[in-house]
Amino acid sequence: MATLKIEKWERWFLYASVVILVGFLVAILASIGEAGIHLPTDEGSLDPNKVAETPPFDNPGLRQTGDGAYEAVMVARTWQFTTGETDADGIPTITVPAGSEVTFIVTSGDVIHGLYIPQTDVNAMIIPGRVTKISQKFETPGEYTFLCHEFCGLANEQIGHHSMYGKVVVQP
Amino acid sequence: MTTTARPPADLGTAEIAQKKWAKWQLYLGFVGFFLGLLMGLLQALDRMGFYLYKEAQLSSYYQGLTLHGVSMVFILTFAFGNAFLTLGVMRSLERPMASTMLVAASFWSAAIGVALAAWAILANQATVLYTMYSPLRPHVAFYIGAVLLVISTWIVLLNQLLTLRAWRKDHPGEPIPLLAFVSVVTYIMWFIASLGVAIEVLVFLIPWSLGLVQNTDPLLNRILFWFTGHPIVYFWLLPAYVSWYITVPKMVGGRLYSDGVVKGVFILFLLFSTPVGLHHQFTDPGVDEGLKLLHMLFTFAVFFPSLVTAFTLMAALEDGAKHNGGKGLVAWIRQLPWGNPSVVAQLFAMLGFVLGGVSGLINASATVNLVVHNTSFIPGHFHLTVGTAVALTIMGVSYWLVPYLTGKKLCCRRLAVAQSWLWFGGVMLFSRGLMAAGIEGQPRRVPVGLMTYAEESWKLWDIVTGIGGTLMVTSGTIFFIVIIGTLLRKKGSAGAVEFPIADTVYGPEQSPAILDRLGLWTAVSVVLILIAYVPVFVSHYYNFTSPGFVRW
Ligand code: HEM
Ligand SMILES: [Cu+2]
Repeated sequence: MATLKIEKWERWFLYASVVILVGFLVAILASIGEAGIHLPTDEGSLDPNKVAETPPFDNPGLRQTGDGAYEAVMVARTWQFTTGETDADGIPTITVPAGSEVTFIVTSGDVIHGLYIPQTDVNAMIIPGRVTKISQKFETPGEYTFLCHEFCGLANEQIGHHSMYGKVVVQP
Repeated sequence: MTTTARPPADLGTAEIAQKKWAKWQLYLGFVGFFLGLLMGLLQALDRMGFYLYKEAQLSSYYQGLTLHGVSMVFILTFAFGNAFLTLGVMRSLERPMASTMLVAASFWSAAIGVALAAWAILANQATVLYTMYSPLRPHVAFYIGAVLLVISTWIVLLNQLLTLRAWRKDHPGEPIPLLAFVSVVTYIMWFIASLGVAIEVLVFLIPWSLGLVQNTDPLLNRILFWFTGHPIVYFWLLPAYVSWYITVPKMVGGRLYSDGVVKGVFILFLLFSTPVGLHHQFTDPGVDEGLKLLHMLFTFAVFFPSLVTAFTLMAALEDGAKHNGGKGLVAWIRQLPWGNPSVVAQLFAMLGFVLGGVSGLINASATVNLVVHNTSFIPGHFHLTVGTAVALTIMGVSYWLVPYLTGKKLCCRRLAVAQSWLWFGGVMLFSRGLMAAGIEGQPRRVPVGLMTYAEESWKLWDIVTGIGGTLMVTSGTIFFIVIIGTLLRKKGSAGAVEFPIADTVYGPEQSPAILDRLGLWTAVSVVLILIAYVPVFVSHYYNFTSPGFVRW
């Protein structure tokens, strides 16, 4: 029977390819297992038409759940986040002391949105009918923008997907 | 002299008619490319601070972006694949397709699909982007258009299989010629993969958009979309691979090393392209983390055949260059035919794919993906893959395929060569800008000119992106000048143009016969998909509660 013609160099190249790919895979699994960086997972479901009556989303806002630990319950709707708190300009905010671990618990009352905080591990989709849960520790004081990073429509040039954001204010 | 070098007078009527339909299919792809380029220009200008959508009579950036995405990756790529891999089967099996009617039907299905989808988008009835995530709800014409485009590809597969069956009857026991093999495997892979989006649209979205059912399950629709949405990138890519493996070595005067390795590569794509869709949903709620990691495992497996390709193609190029007197470890590169526009386009396409592949590994790495998911990094990545590796290959192939189909000699060769350099230089800036801005936190799918939270650090990169994008659009415009210039020439000016096919050092007779067992490989592919997806569909909480929204 005929066999595959693979020259010597090619054979070594193929071995090296396998080693590299397996190496990458191990590194990623280690980042989950050892460093504890997690992906969003299944956190339950709800009726997106009844978000306003479904706990905890009937009462969006920040709650302390332990020493330096907070839960931020938010609802995303076109084209704003409801965090239970806004700044003087009407931008939704979440204010926590430095060193806090914040668990964002979010759902959508209409279309798909996203929740993304640049320079952190907070990067998740918000899908109507599902609960997104994701944690992040904020060490350095400052303002962190959180924004919607999935297209969710628009009203006009001023208001739409491109204007849907808020701020995490980390106080010293 | 090979069979295709016969003067057109000798061609059978079936073959002539089929080539005509394939030609129209190719032109349909060009229409998509042209629309995509126009929108690309507006997007590049937006990055540089000129938001010109009102002036262009469009309702919004997002309407333009929907048109850009759909035109480039559904119209251009599908139509090109349909034309090229139909002709590939004919060339390889040295016979016309089994049915001329099916070749025509594929064209009409695609053309009507394009007309419906284009109407819906241009009438601002379908500003949902090419991913059409529910519960944004477009006009039903958009969905029907998408379905007809997919059906055009199914018709191609059916015709390929009928033709292959007829050939096998006439050639019992012979190994399948390589070009026919890779063409058919590409379409089998795609057929299986396309079932996800077909079910999504036909079963869930069309009844919902017609109001026959009130609610839909957005997460289920996403899962079905990405069932198709990852393998679709291989459906875009594999016609380019076919060209790189089969035609480019011939054009550079080299040989392909082994028939069997190429068949093996395509079988690996058939097996591993589809059971990986959740890697587009690493950040989705409602999907188990463990299942996401299972799909990541398969994703790394599907990277392997591309690494094999990198080696094999390099070897074929070196073989060709050394035949032409090339020497040294890398100096032989200068001996490649840098004056041949088809070759130059595809060399740059390959180079782009190296960078695209590396950035793809970043995206595929579940936790690293958290840094880049839905940022500008992602369009930075895929303008190297589909936007360059595939698009530039389509242009390069067109430089011989249009003369092959029309008998008209390619015009303006030097301009055509310059066009590839310009595209590549452009995309280097363009993708660099997008990737850098993405790593700095810029989200994708947002008009830079309108966003209310822009960071200072994005500004420079947006300009770089805009300049690079403008160069790419210029290059694309030159492509059209060359093609139109060619079409204006006299018929017959091209003489007899060949469909190039490389010789192999180790031909099909030396390949293991098991490689040709298409039924077996299809079955294995289905088993892998079941392993990857049965747990997803069993554990899914079916939540049909979302009404449609028209928010644009
Ligand atoms: C010719 C020059 C081109 C320019 C200037 C250009 C520009 C852009 C830009 C700036 C974006 C990002 C938009 C955003 O995220 O807000 C984009 C998205 C995209 N481009 Fe291109 N592009 C070009 C060519 C291509 C080609 C050749 C292809 C594929 C064959 C392509 C496929 C896509 C796709 C699929 C998207 C994603 C659309 C979405 O997010 O819905 N582009 N393009
Ligand atoms: Cu949003």
